[in-house]
Amino acid sequence: MGNEELIVKLQELFPAASIIQGNDWPEISFESGADFLSTIDVLKSDQTLAFDYLFCETCVDWKTHFTMVYHLDSTRFRHNIVLKYKLDRETPEIDSLSFVYRTSEQHEREIFDLFGIIFKGHPNLKRILLTEDWVGYPLRKDYDDPINMIKL
Amino acid sequence: MFEEIKTSNDGELVINVGPQHPATHGVLHLLITLNGETITKLEPNLGYIHRSIEKMCESLSYRQFIYSTSRMDYLSSHMNNHACAMIVEKGLQVEIPERAEVIRVLISELTRLASHQLWWGAMAMDLGALSPFFYSFREREVITDIMEETCGARLTMNYIVPGGLMADIHPNFVKRVKDFIIQFNSKIDEYDQLVTGNIIFQNRMKNVGYLSPEDAISYGTTGPVARGSGVSCDIRKLYPYSAYNKVKFEEILETGGDSFARYLVRIKEMKQSISIIEQLIDNIPEGDFQAKTKAVLKLPKGEFYQRVETARGELGVYLVSEGGTTPYRIKFRSPGFSNLSALNHMVKGHKIGDLVAIMGTLDLVIPDIDR
Repeated sequence: MGNEELIVKLQELFPAASIIQGNDWPEISFESGADFLSTIDVLKSDQTLAFDYLFCETCVDWKTHFTMVYHLDSTRFRHNIVLKYKLDRETPEIDSLSFVYRTSEQHEREIFDLFGIIFKGHPNLKRILLTEDWVGYPLRKDYDDPINMIKL
Repeated sequence: MFEEIKTSNDGELVINVGPQHPATHGVLHLLITLNGETITKLEPNLGYIHRSIEKMCESLSYRQFIYSTSRMDYLSSHMNNHACAMIVEKGLQVEIPERAEVIRVLISELTRLASHQLWWGAMAMDLGALSPFFYSFREREVITDIMEETCGARLTMNYIVPGGLMADIHPNFVKRVKDFIIQFNSKIDEYDQLVTGNIIFQNRMKNVGYLSPEDAISYGTTGPVARGSGVSCDIRKLYPYSAYNKVKFEEILETGGDSFARYLVRIKEMKQSISIIEQLIDNIPEGDFQAKTKAVLKLPKGEFYQRVETARGELGVYLVSEGGTTPYRIKFRSPGFSNLSALNHMVKGHKIGDLVAIMGTLDLVIPDIDR
């Protein structure tokens, strides 16, 4: 499916979401509180979408809120979308995708480690890159490292 | 973490492999649970070489941040630079000269050859054959010499910069690459004779570490690991970038899914890389090697994503810009990080001796995983 067809199809399926054309791929954004797992379920199991490959999962700290960013690819049709989900900054919680895409088990551990996002239902949520006694979440914008040697 | 060797109640033994273990090729620490000699669980413990490159990049300018990316996957440093240069060019909407595109592809394929050569020697060494290491390093030395002459460095080249290349190719470059191709073409057959057909080697590799196509996709594996399971994932072919749409090459797919299939994919990929170099080396267009760009680069507000195929698989760079001179957020989706996540699934039920054979065919570079 081309990007225009994808946007039309997504608008049919998710009338509540905001869908725009990004630099490369369509971007579909959800506000916090939307049912995330059923969204993913539709995107993965719909016969004309078939997004079976999660190639990038990350988070962005916008100071007022977090945004989870998922890049999805379909190995059958070779079309891509970007899925965004807004998270509250006080209680950053989202459902884990580790049972849908197994690659996200490690990616979610990394995001938990560096951003402090809690993934509900994750089988083994603990720090992966930093030591277990590390205080704070380094990729948050308000994280201040007293011995930061690279700040210019 | 739990560092001490211990036995659980049901007779299972937990031991550490690494971080200082010759077969992990770097500071990779694996906690493996054994039942007798059989592996029941494997958990990687990462972070020994974590330098927080993503955080560092947030305070570096668009010209500076490329240098830190050479230090991620140091065996495909050109491809890392290429991805970052392309994402900056995408943001600035700069057209780069044809000559630069062709040289970028040439250099990338040479890097892929050098990376696969190192993998081939090191993997055979893991399985107990020491000679292949010297064979592969003999040929790899020629490539690093060519790189040194043109780029000024042997490992972390930083040759590809936003707008084109750091400098033009050395006058000797074309001749030396041609000489290398003629010499190396016969060497791959020598590799096959030495290792591929060896019956001990085949017994160690076949039916070991099976990964089904569905699992390969679900675990997000890319590169030769996924292609060994028959999953088409070559970014050069699926989403062509740079000059890859001008050359003819095949995407190598093997359907075995075991360690031997992944081995064959890399050996055959070397032949494809040679074919790409042969097609381009006589057709380097004349012209500038660099487009004109401003001294201080400012990307417009927005989000950019660029995928490239490194020697290990798909590298993705996700860049969020707020319109300033530094990235607001940058994420490197490294191929090794996702490939490693499939290791637990692949080694389960195998003997501890097979662990090294399976890990060898994943071709892990630890700084790429930890970033």
